[in-house]
Amino acid sequence: MEILLIIVSAIFVNNIVLAQFLGICPYLGVSSKLSTATGMSAAVAFVITLATLVTYLLNQYLLVPNQLEFLQTIAFILVIAALVQMVEIVLKKISPSLYQALGIFLPLITTNCAVLGVAITVVTKEFTFGDASKMLNLGEALIYAFATALGYGLAMVLFAGLREHLALNDVPKAFKGIPIALITVGILALAFMGFAGIA
Amino acid sequence: MVLCLFGTCLFCSAILGGVYALTKEPIEQTNAKLLQDAVGQVLLRNADNSGIKEGTEIMEAPDLIEVDGKSYSYFVQVENGTPVAYAIKSTVVGFGGPLTLMVGISADRKLVLNTSVLAHSETPGLGAKCTTDEKFMGQWNGLQLEKTKLEVQKPVKDGIDAITASTITSKAYTQAVANALAAFDTIAKQEVEND
Amino acid sequence: MTKFGLITKGLVKDNPTFVLLLGMCPTLATTTSAMNGLSMGLATLFVLVLSNMAISALAPAVPDKVHIPVYIVVIATFVTVLQFLMQAFVPDIYATLGLFIPLIVVNCIVLGRAEAFANKNSVIDSALDGLGVGIGFTCSLTVLGAVREVLGSLSVFGWKIPGTGDGMLAFVMAPGAFLCLGYLMVLFNKFLAKK
Repeated sequence: MEILLIIVSAIFVNNIVLAQFLGICPYLGVSSKLSTATGMSAAVAFVITLATLVTYLLNQYLLVPNQLEFLQTIAFILVIAALVQMVEIVLKKISPSLYQALGIFLPLITTNCAVLGVAITVVTKEFTFGDASKMLNLGEALIYAFATALGYGLAMVLFAGLREHLALNDVPKAFKGIPIALITVGILALAFMGFAGIA
Repeated sequence: MVLCLFGTCLFCSAILGGVYALTKEPIEQTNAKLLQDAVGQVLLRNADNSGIKEGTEIMEAPDLIEVDGKSYSYFVQVENGTPVAYAIKSTVVGFGGPLTLMVGISADRKLVLNTSVLAHSETPGLGAKCTTDEKFMGQWNGLQLEKTKLEVQKPVKDGIDAITASTITSKAYTQAVANALAAFDTIAKQEVEND
Repeated sequence: MTKFGLITKGLVKDNPTFVLLLGMCPTLATTTSAMNGLSMGLATLFVLVLSNMAISALAPAVPDKVHIPVYIVVIATFVTVLQFLMQAFVPDIYATLGLFIPLIVVNCIVLGRAEAFANKNSVIDSALDGLGVGIGFTCSLTVLGAVREVLGSLSVFGWKIPGTGDGMLAFVMAPGAFLCLGYLMVLFNKFLAKK
């Protein structure tokens, strides 16, 4: 039950883009075509889950026992940067086709604040279930990370679909490009606000 | 190359360690002051609201109180050796996450003296109004427990009026006060047994 | 470019928010009120100036292959220093901005300026560049925050416009952030096109 709650909340209610404003730059950057949008979502899902696993363990078994929590930000960003590099190298070796598909998006992910955001959130914030709140354990943290990434993908694919249609329309000059995109996201976010009652 | 990266990391960690050591005490002091201010807000105050009532002393209770699996820390205000009021820290789940209040209750259990929000993660502009909405906050100032029910009512008869469009936060807030009252009853019972 | 030009270019011509479209996440997330926008802008300014200076001093000694990780470590150090200082001296603002303070590390403005300017200019010029871009960012955030605050809660910098009601809540919440930024950009484009 709790797990279901985590998933629904991460995908719909607290959608990472439309409610928490994380990972907006790549969201606006690569969503003009549906195919790149799906590629980016897949790459993000992969890195977010892996990064959460590593940073969670790092925090729990290295930083907290040695009272080094103050190094959280710096340690996490280094882990993420290293991880992205490593994923790139490994993918190149074992699955060239996947590397081809994700390739160009991987380096972009280091500066995607969604990854660092989720990593910090799971180790610092208490999550609420019904009328109690607690920190997530490792399994729940991973589920949360993956569900968040799914939410990212959902928002991305929906938006890319809209933008493909938008590109064919005659938009006033001052609205062209990012402004009309932002207004579209605004309306999308308005729709997602409707999920707020579920949790 | 590796040396350069390693050196930078080492150097930066050293700087951070230093800054951490320097700011640790101010951070603790700030947190302690926030807690103290909240406690001072909700206990008996001078008639002109210039600070906590003169001639009284505030003491932090050494032990936590357990009620229904939740633990509460609390402060006692003492005048001439007898407790006159209690400040109880109470945490519930609000709309956006944990909502922590300091609740002042008079020792005769007649009044909620006042409440103060210690931490919240409610929506800005909606539930976050529980720290600014004068109408909502005013209700808790000297609330008479015999006359007022601790429940959110629409329309208000003898209960609590919710913050506009933030019923969940208002209900959680009211629950936090009710929990603090339950903790108060346990404290009072313990003191009777100890006497 | 003159020293004065370095400072003013971030305001309109190279405005990080409206023209370069950098740092969108904090721009949208923290501008629920003018005050919050201003605080976030100043926090970013602090990191920008210091990291720009440090990086321009370090740049000649850093091998090309590891320059990005080194820059990130330097930026993360200043961000963490800022975190401690805010926790110690302005805990309220720290609590409001929350997650978005550590996330300054991945704000593309900071790394972007390091890459595009600081690593090939003098320390003083880099400091001025950081100051200029930071001021531009702060202005955009304050304007966006003010617009959302007026529409959403009918107040300005926390001062309630007298005789008004509750405002349109959607503007304080997520959709309003996107809509306001979108329309402000339209106005900005119009303004630039006229010039």
